Amino acid sequence: MKIVAVTSCPTGIAHSEMAAEALETAARQRGHEIHVEVQGAAGAPPLDSSLIAEAQAVIFAVDAEVRDRGRFSHLPSVEVRTREAIDRAGEVVDRAVAAATAAPAVTPAAALVRAEPAATAGRAERIRRWLMTGVSYMIPFVVGGGILIAFAFVIGGAVEVTEFSVIQDGQVQFAGDVDAPFWTWFGAVLLTIGGLAFSMLVPILAGFIAYAMADRPGIAPGLVGGLVAREIGAGFLGGLVAGLLAGLVVQQMKKIPVKGTLQRMLPILVYPIFGTAIVGLVMLLVVGEPVAAASRALTDWLESLSGTNEILLGIIIGGMMAFDMGGPVNKVAYAFGILSLDSGNFQIMAAVMAAGITPPLGMALASVLRPKLYTEEEREAGEAAWVMGISFITEGAIPFAAADPLRVIPSLMVGSAVTGALSLAFNATLQAPHGGIWVIGLIGNALPYLVAIAIGTVVTALMVNVLKSLRRTPAQQAPAGVTVDA
Amino acid sequence: MTTIEELIAPSLISVDLSATDRRGALEELARLLERDGRVVDVPTYVDAVWAREEETGGTGMESGIAIPHAKSPAVARASVAFGRSASGVDFGAEDGTKADLIFLIAAPEGADDLHVTVLSRLARRLVHEPFRASLREAPTAEAVFDIVKQEVEL
Repeated sequence: MKIVAVTSCPTGIAHSEMAAEALETAARQRGHEIHVEVQGAAGAPPLDSSLIAEAQAVIFAVDAEVRDRGRFSHLPSVEVRTREAIDRAGEVVDRAVAAATAAPAVTPAAALVRAEPAATAGRAERIRRWLMTGVSYMIPFVVGGGILIAFAFVIGGAVEVTEFSVIQDGQVQFAGDVDAPFWTWFGAVLLTIGGLAFSMLVPILAGFIAYAMADRPGIAPGLVGGLVAREIGAGFLGGLVAGLLAGLVVQQMKKIPVKGTLQRMLPILVYPIFGTAIVGLVMLLVVGEPVAAASRALTDWLESLSGTNEILLGIIIGGMMAFDMGGPVNKVAYAFGILSLDSGNFQIMAAVMAAGITPPLGMALASVLRPKLYTEEEREAGEAAWVMGISFITEGAIPFAAADPLRVIPSLMVGSAVTGALSLAFNATLQAPHGGIWVIGLIGNALPYLVAIAIGTVVTALMVNVLKSLRRTPAQQAPAGVTVDA
Repeated sequence: MTTIEELIAPSLISVDLSATDRRGALEELARLLERDGRVVDVPTYVDAVWAREEETGGTGMESGIAIPHAKSPAVARASVAFGRSASGVDFGAEDGTKADLIFLIAAPEGADDLHVTVLSRLARRLVHEPFRASLREAPTAEAVFDIVKQEVEL
């Protein structure tokens, strides 16, 4: 049998090499052909793509992230720590052989086609992997925060739980301190926790995109850049910019040719100080103002449109809600809805909420319809997205959008635009600022309203799956750091 | 070309470690490196090694070897110290085996030069039982040095 393997460890001196030697020895003793790529400090060359294409299984003996894991996505895999590979190399090889027998690799011809773009690692492909790494670290925050917020709405009432804050002037308000029933208070507590988890989405996304690009030194500049993106209201798209910028800056700094003491100071002083400063300055001073200006322009534009064609307004509001899910464009549309609500126009608020509900629902449906187009993690995020969708927590779609913005965002916008227009056409109304399905009692023309949401959901799901299947299957490229055990 | 002689010397080898615990063994070996001017700050360096040990749960293998290692600014030049322990020292091997052959690797921050290649070759040889057996039988530091030199330069 032909096997390929990747070994890696944080320092890349000892364990990755020992694991490589142990695997090579054990595999050859068993009559298998093995080629090992040591992703260590010695900088061994990557495996030839033809070797990967011919292989029947891959072994990852790793204590650190596997670089360019996507190259092996067509192969049945076994993943162990380096120590296990050193101590029990024979057993590990046997497991790889068993995995290959149980689930053979896709046909070599197809493998070649798939291996090629990854092996040459085109720019777009590399960016995609960086984004996927950031997304995979962000997903737990989306799921944890989103479900807690939804649960808060359910137990406390979607409107009631937002009417007071649990922390006031640095003091925690206990059940007796607030003028609200116990469950409303407890819902508000959960909402606070969920909201804090959500406040980490953009920083974590940015921090770990930078981590994928520049290893550990990327994290601090990336996280701080993400915090700035959050503070200037740039949303997750701002986070993508911050993460890519931080990764790029640290990558460039790593190329500074210095020796001796100065070189030792790079990771301790230079990367954290200058990396963070550069990313923070750019995000704050260069990105901040255009974002604010665009928000103002969009607000003026929306106001100038009110009173004109209703359907057109629904399409525009819908598209805006789905564009950046909590970012500046979404906020403008949402604020417009609130403004209309305050002035007694309940139709616009209904359209806003409907358009914010379809993105997570659309992606949840899409990942159920064509699971093969999505990674294991995305499918799990899809399950949580159902709950977030019906709760009007648009952020549930962010993991999908951040991983593949060019295909996902247009699909979300089209679905939401359809829903927004239909909601207005059906004359649905909403007399609450949020809450999703949990404020159904405050929705006028509720049945047509749900139909509008369902139609937009289906439109998004179908469109995104068509767009995704037009290119190679993204699920084949699992994010770095995620096990794809066969 | 870097040779193994630049990395290890009989003065960096102890065939009879007195320490019986992990921290003690690390310090004993680190002091050998310090005496030779290879490590400038033993506590800082040992802390770095210790952090790696904690992070990975220990560098001990079931075959009785341990390769504690770290990159640290406290290291002046890439080096290896070797200690043999009659009683064995716990380095966290999965099955509880105590390590009797301990290679302490010291690499300066940002080391990605030829030294690493030599260190990795040494690490690779340790996978093979005959090499380990001969290290266990070698009577003196000089004998260990010769065996290592021969094995790695092959």
